[in-house]
Amino acid sequence: MTSKIDTTGIRIGMWLFLYSEIILFGGLFVLYAVYFHNHAQYFAEGGKELNRVIGALNTIVLLVSSFTVAASITAIQREKKGQAIGLLLFSLFCGVIFLVNKYFEWGAKIHHDIYPNSATLQDGAPGLNIFFGLYYVITGLHGLHVIIGMVLLSISLAMILRNRITAARFSMLENSGLYWHLVDLIWIFVFPLFYLVL
Amino acid sequence: MEKAEKPHVLGYGQLALVLGLLLILTGLTVAVSYVHLGFWNVPVALSIASLKASLVLLFFMHLKYEGRVIRYSFISTVLFLAVMIGFTFWDVAFR
Repeated sequence: MTSKIDTTGIRIGMWLFLYSEIILFGGLFVLYAVYFHNHAQYFAEGGKELNRVIGALNTIVLLVSSFTVAASITAIQREKKGQAIGLLLFSLFCGVIFLVNKYFEWGAKIHHDIYPNSATLQDGAPGLNIFFGLYYVITGLHGLHVIIGMVLLSISLAMILRNRITAARFSMLENSGLYWHLVDLIWIFVFPLFYLVL
Repeated sequence: MEKAEKPHVLGYGQLALVLGLLLILTGLTVAVSYVHLGFWNVPVALSIASLKASLVLLFFMHLKYEGRVIRYSFISTVLFLAVMIGFTFWDVAFR
């Protein structure tokens, strides 16, 4: 007797985990909302320090990678293994570009003496200190999620190569994809809140 | 035995259309940020972000084609989040 695989159950489990992630970032957004209310002009000042071009570029990179991950699931469902592999490799490449951009962005901030406990922030207005504190915590936690997402996508890629993920059984790829889209979802809110505040 | 469920397959074209809309909305939110709307800047930016999030959820994450369990539990999470953010902010704003 073969045991039946409950694919819906597998997805429900992943969604339950994603809910906890949503609440985790939701808590940080509550902090943002409250401090934004208290220090609106400093948040605007801090936001102008951030590079909108890099922020917009990273948004596009993540959106495109989300598309390629979703397309890789379509490819697997259609039994196009080669296409799925290519799409996943491209998604991983997008993840690398995102992190490299983040590296240069954080590097430039740290070079300008803007980092937690730096002299500029310690002696400056409390509003600015809070803004950049939230910036480092939220983008840092988001960056960590990008790395975890890339690990999950790499595992899925390896499983496709070994024929462990096929049109008949692709829950691992589906759940890795859901995680990757969550990373994209969070960035969709991080981008206007930090880079585009006026 | 027949298969219990047949997963919904989204074509490349449909997915590309969603990506196109997402990129247009990204351009829009950047463009709007240069226009000074006073109080309305934040609500407009968040509305566009919510619209983008909905597109990602419905199509990339297949929420549109999910069963009742995932759909309603997701809506409950969003409601919980709204209560959490709303009530906290309410408390702070009118203290």
